[in-house]
Amino acid sequence: MRHVFSVRIGPVGFRVGSDWRAPVAALRTLYAGYPTPDDGIADYNVRLSATRPWRRFIRPSVAIAGDYMLPDAAPLPLAHGLLAAEMAMNLQLALGERRFLLLHAATVERGGEAIVLTGESGAGKSTLAALLAARGWRLMGDEFALVDPETGLVHAFPRLVSLKNAAIAVVRAALPAARFGPLMAGTPKGDIRHLVPDDTAVAAMQVPARAVRLVFPRFGFAAERRTVGAGEAFVRLTQASTNYVALGERGFAAMTRFVRETPAMALDYPDADAAIAAIEAEG
Amino acid sequence: MSARLLCRLLAAPGEARALDAAQWNAVIAIARAELLIGTLAFRLRGLPLPAPVEAILAAAILSAEEGRRQALWEAVMARRALAALDCPVILLKGTAFVAAGLDAGQGRHIGDLDILVPADMLARAEAALLDAGWEWVKSDPYDDAYYRRWMHELPPLIHRERDRMIDVHHTILPPTARSTPDPAKLIADAVPLADGVAMLSPEDVVIHAAIHLFADGDLSGGLRNLWDIDRLVREFAARDADYPARLVSRAAEHQASRAVARALRLAAALFDTPIPPQPAEPLFDAAARRRLLARDGWGRGTRPATRLAFYVRSHWLRMPPAMLARHLWIKMWRRSRHAG
Amino acid sequence: MAATRYRAPVAEGLCVAPLDDLVAIYHRASGLTHIVVAPVPELLAAMAGEWRSIEALAAAFGLADDEHAALIERLDELVAAGLVEAR
Repeated sequence: MRHVFSVRIGPVGFRVGSDWRAPVAALRTLYAGYPTPDDGIADYNVRLSATRPWRRFIRPSVAIAGDYMLPDAAPLPLAHGLLAAEMAMNLQLALGERRFLLLHAATVERGGEAIVLTGESGAGKSTLAALLAARGWRLMGDEFALVDPETGLVHAFPRLVSLKNAAIAVVRAALPAARFGPLMAGTPKGDIRHLVPDDTAVAAMQVPARAVRLVFPRFGFAAERRTVGAGEAFVRLTQASTNYVALGERGFAAMTRFVRETPAMALDYPDADAAIAAIEAEG
Repeated sequence: MSARLLCRLLAAPGEARALDAAQWNAVIAIARAELLIGTLAFRLRGLPLPAPVEAILAAAILSAEEGRRQALWEAVMARRALAALDCPVILLKGTAFVAAGLDAGQGRHIGDLDILVPADMLARAEAALLDAGWEWVKSDPYDDAYYRRWMHELPPLIHRERDRMIDVHHTILPPTARSTPDPAKLIADAVPLADGVAMLSPEDVVIHAAIHLFADGDLSGGLRNLWDIDRLVREFAARDADYPARLVSRAAEHQASRAVARALRLAAALFDTPIPPQPAEPLFDAAARRRLLARDGWGRGTRPATRLAFYVRSHWLRMPPAMLARHLWIKMWRRSRHAG
Repeated sequence: MAATRYRAPVAEGLCVAPLDDLVAIYHRASGLTHIVVAPVPELLAAMAGEWRSIEALAAAFGLADDEHAALIERLDELVAAGLVEAR
């Protein structure tokens, strides 16, 4: 493909090819501090290509493709090319990953101990992870926690943090010195702006951590904390994992071990400050 | 870049030592696109490889093993559902290869479960499967009628809990196709496997793969199919030196000599399959080879012109021309209506 | 026709993980995970690798005659899930 960018995020190497210069240029800038895949060999290939040949030039629209694809993934306008790249990279992991058990979760770490925050879109995972990073936690990732079935440890996947709508201003205020990507307005998910993980997060991205707490946050409710039993955590985490079934018995063993070893709580919160206070009190 | 390098690695794994990073990236993308990554992983197992390649292929082996488990389980569930029919459940394609422990099943991607039942059992088989939790995928009356009248199978069924498809065939080509394999012979000579299921005889299984390669679809997924043929022919010929001769005479019985000869020539060209000397068809062979190898270093299909030619041709093979026109016209009309 | 008999996988065919009040069961043959509660694990254990009649199972759990229908219902669910075979 015309424009190529390779990067390693945590243990995962990507090779991104694009018909256009812009998305690759944006990735180059934002992932400037990241290494390239080991030995130059990528785990996954991502392709950003025109839906039709003339769509490279006329109302350019980016089809999301790669080694693993969803047949009905809608193309995005070129102005949202960076989002297309991020979505395509996530998709490779979601559909193709077999080494790690994937949890759809944000993870932060301090002193070797990790807190895993999981929930549906809108639960506030990315925002809480960014705000915790602003308070000195190491950001391990805002999208996927990678659980190693052999060790039970969580591996980091610190890609760009995807902030949406109101969270953009909240995080900019908390992290005035941080680097951000361009504002992409009016995407299918609303306004999106990416936060670049700080140097600590990138420097330590090969260092796994043991999960000491699993949190199911829910934004927009009166403050409430509830202990979640291992059985409920198991059910909720299998639903929050894109590759639990594909991993077979390794997935079962890793998941049962994870929920038995990691105390879990459901956390309803009215605003970010309340959530941060509750998480830090527990952590 | 084309899929040629992938074919070389499958046929001669030792050549993997010479690959550079760019070649690895391309081969991995192409192998995934062709759904041959699990097969490649088994072929290269034990060779000294770069660490990232080793990790990717180890994951592909685990993935193939899970796929194998799920495919065999679907066969068990179909056999349980059809137990009351008291007729043989003949597994086809990938599920048969893994159930029989054949080389062709090593690392193979398996999608739907394909089974063959006698034509007069079709209605009862359908009822039994519906009763056991499968349901129709397509509710469109035209597609449904099309499948039942002109294809060699029931409309695909999907299991509502397990989300897996089953294709129930009563022969291996639609009745409208020009060559007409004899389903009674296929069933009579099927080989029992453990656990109440069976597979086609060693000759018929290769004949089916060859017919499938040219008649079903546009040669897409053809490399995987051709690799099956290579593995099957090698394994059966190693067991029994008369196998190649029996394959040729059996192909004639099914009016499938041409498809089998073409498949064997292609397999020999791409995978060094040892076959008896054959008269070549240089134009066809070259076009089919180009089509089978049409991938760039990112796994994308190339040469759209050859693709289209094979697509029209494959429908032509299955349907008499007037019927083809009707089918395409209805498909087109429906598409435009859906768009509008 | 003889009365229906039921059989569950042998113990090695299942991986059973009690998780607080739920039990997660990984079925090795299918690769499927089943989330169950008591008395399903006990029921599976009572017919692991052996064909058992309704009467035998009911007796093992001390069920009265009018409770057979409920037992059959549970067994049919397990058959549909592939965890139990019936013949």
